[in-house]
Amino acid sequence: MKNSGQLLSGADIFFECLRQEKVEYIFGYPGGAVLKIYEHLFDVDFLKHILVRHEQGAVHAAEGYAKASGKVGVVLVTSGPGATNTVTGIADAYMDSIPIVVFTGQVSSHLIGNDAFQEADIVGITRPITKHNFLVRNVKELAPTIRKAFYIAASGRPGPVVVDLPKDVIAAKCHFHYPEEVDLRGYKPTYKGHTNQIKKAAEIIAKAKRPLLYVGGGVIMSGSSEELKIFARENKLPVTMTLQGLGAFPGSDELSLGMLGMHGTYWANRAVDSCDVLVSLGARFDDRVTGKVDTFCTKAYKIHVDIDPTAIDKNVVVDLPIVGDVKHVLAELAAEMNAKPDTSAWLAQINEWREECPLSYDDKDGRLRTEFVIERICEKTNGDAVVVTDVGQHQMWTAQYYKYNTPRSNLTSGGLGTMGFSLPASIGAAFAVPDRTVISISGDGGFQMNIQELTTAAANKLPIKIFIINNSFLGMVRQWQELFHQEKFSFTDLSASNPDFVKVGEAFGIESYTTSDPKEVDGLLEKALAVKDRPVLVEFRVVKADMVFPMIPSGASISDMMVKRLNPKRML
Amino acid sequence: MKHTISVLVENHFGSFDRVATMFSGKGFNIRSISVGETEIEEISRMTIVTEGDDQIIDQFVKQLNRLIDTIKVVDLTGSPRVERELALIKVTVPKGAMEEIKNINDIFRGNIVDITNKSMTVEVTGPPDKIDAAINLLSAFGIKEIARSGIVALKRGEQVRIIKEKNLTT
Ligand SMILES: Cc1ncc(C[n+]2csc(CCOP(=O)(O)OP(=O)(O)O)c2C)c(N)n1
Ligand SMILES: [Mg+2]
Repeated sequence: MKNSGQLLSGADIFFECLRQEKVEYIFGYPGGAVLKIYEHLFDVDFLKHILVRHEQGAVHAAEGYAKASGKVGVVLVTSGPGATNTVTGIADAYMDSIPIVVFTGQVSSHLIGNDAFQEADIVGITRPITKHNFLVRNVKELAPTIRKAFYIAASGRPGPVVVDLPKDVIAAKCHFHYPEEVDLRGYKPTYKGHTNQIKKAAEIIAKAKRPLLYVGGGVIMSGSSEELKIFARENKLPVTMTLQGLGAFPGSDELSLGMLGMHGTYWANRAVDSCDVLVSLGARFDDRVTGKVDTFCTKAYKIHVDIDPTAIDKNVVVDLPIVGDVKHVLAELAAEMNAKPDTSAWLAQINEWREECPLSYDDKDGRLRTEFVIERICEKTNGDAVVVTDVGQHQMWTAQYYKYNTPRSNLTSGGLGTMGFSLPASIGAAFAVPDRTVISISGDGGFQMNIQELTTAAANKLPIKIFIINNSFLGMVRQWQELFHQEKFSFTDLSASNPDFVKVGEAFGIESYTTSDPKEVDGLLEKALAVKDRPVLVEFRVVKADMVFPMIPSGASISDMMVKRLNPKRML
Repeated sequence: MKHTISVLVENHFGSFDRVATMFSGKGFNIRSISVGETEIEEISRMTIVTEGDDQIIDQFVKQLNRLIDTIKVVDLTGSPRVERELALIKVTVPKGAMEEIKNINDIFRGNIVDITNKSMTVEVTGPPDKIDAAINLLSAFGIKEIARSGIVALKRGEQVRIIKEKNLTT
């Protein structure tokens, strides 16, 4: 521990700041502009640096770490290509409001703007995809900037912050002081909701006949799952969740309607369509949820609780906005409830819808299907694992069939829909929560997008269950081609070109299995789940060309919901 | 509809960019933009004229407010305000037209700030429509070049001190 006031180099200050922020892990990759930091890192013992194999992987790992732990994820990369390789991950964190701080090396101050070797204007490049970013222009600014970066990333609506560190700033010296307080006059998040608005919300909910809670990732981020559980159960309110909201409320609870929106359950979408009061908690009326805005939830009085004032009235105009932290607002709301709504008839109606059109798949023909695999994974882990999915059909099937019991368990790229997210994010999660089971589920397409991170998983002996759902297609794109693009299956068939995934796993030193037999699934899952000291890979060769239902096409209404395939001949 | 938006912003590296990037990122056209210092050294005022539906501008003002570097953002449209712009208008001087141009300049209470035997530069200050009118009249002689400062604007009435907190409630 260095003393306050001591004369230190930028590199030393960097690590002192990380110590003050209680950083446990940095996900990074070295290079010229950050060599000085890596020189000092060599002797640092209070945090661990994890060497990824591509900088995009570092950012997704930091996201996975942040989402699983609730702490800020930290990335360190070099200038130029190192920095530009982080861009997709940063955009991903921005869309899903994940608190990360990305430190990028930069060429020396006097070279900035000269097209110097490995120079990229990463502050300019990331401006529209960060919550905020900084170029540190003087070593005296370094500690205050890092302090601000962590504060901004984690507070209010969380998000990514980039801190660009020129080489000369890292080498220069100054007296170290870590500021205790951050005062940003332009940034004062509102945590406490407006009392009168909350009172009014309580009155309206108490009088509702068909109330519905519409829950997003904000509930998980603010740590208000317990408050939500109590509130929903006390007042017998049904709960539907967004993709990011899954886990905020137990999926196995009878009040849970599962996910709403494009691939949401029939009954959740019917409930949204018919409810008379919709209470949105930490969700943002994203277009994958609303479909056509004009026909979305037209009968309801809408209450919208969000910490971000810009989320309100952005996509859907609401009747009662409450700007504040869901945790504070839910606690106050619960206290203000003077009467409980009578929802028994409403819940009975929802159950009728549940029976009218349940989630279903063909389990009679003896062929392996993703839905079955996910159901078995859920069963074998009691819905308690951290499940990190990639993007595509397998992601939607996981959202439908994995009944997350706890928050911070569902890690998936929602807003940006970034293929290649799962494997590196599961690495971050495995570091964040070493005592939990971490399962990575990827498609055969997305798995190949950050496949190099198998090295990181193997080198760190992370007990991740690496599951590949191999349908030999870019399945979700194929589904859209079949439904909306005249069955022109343009560049989505991977069957002839996919690698042998077992050999791939083995080449990375990872024990690997494959199956296409439903009867082998339980045995393989048990085997994989029993391994606690290294990764295991299992490829599930599933039916090609299956489709995810129900589906409300993009920009359409609930009345356009498709519940099964129209052209069965297309099944392979 | 035209909107005049006043943005108080930290006067440091990259903060003007952030505001301007927000306009392009959300698909808004900037009709005019002006930046200058305020009574507080480290705070600048940007006055931006843009076009859009009221509801979209409302949402956009919130987005601007959300930026860490912005301290206060107000849409001045609809409130009583003073708007001023400055223009330098360089006109050709056809033979015998000198007097007439000087007359127009006087009517607009302008200044002749540069003169040669072929051209004159007229400086006009005022609300944008006054400047439009001056340009319109002068164009009869042939305009060589125009430079306009973009609008600066303040709300009328008692001064509102720059507040330390953003008004974030809706
Ligand atoms: C980086 C990136 N590129 C392209 C896409 C478009 N995309 C969305 S889903 C998908 C198919 C994914 O295929 P696969 O990983 O095999 O998963 P499946 O849908 O078959 O389960 C594609 C290409 C994307 N989301 N991300
Ligand atoms: Mg696939």
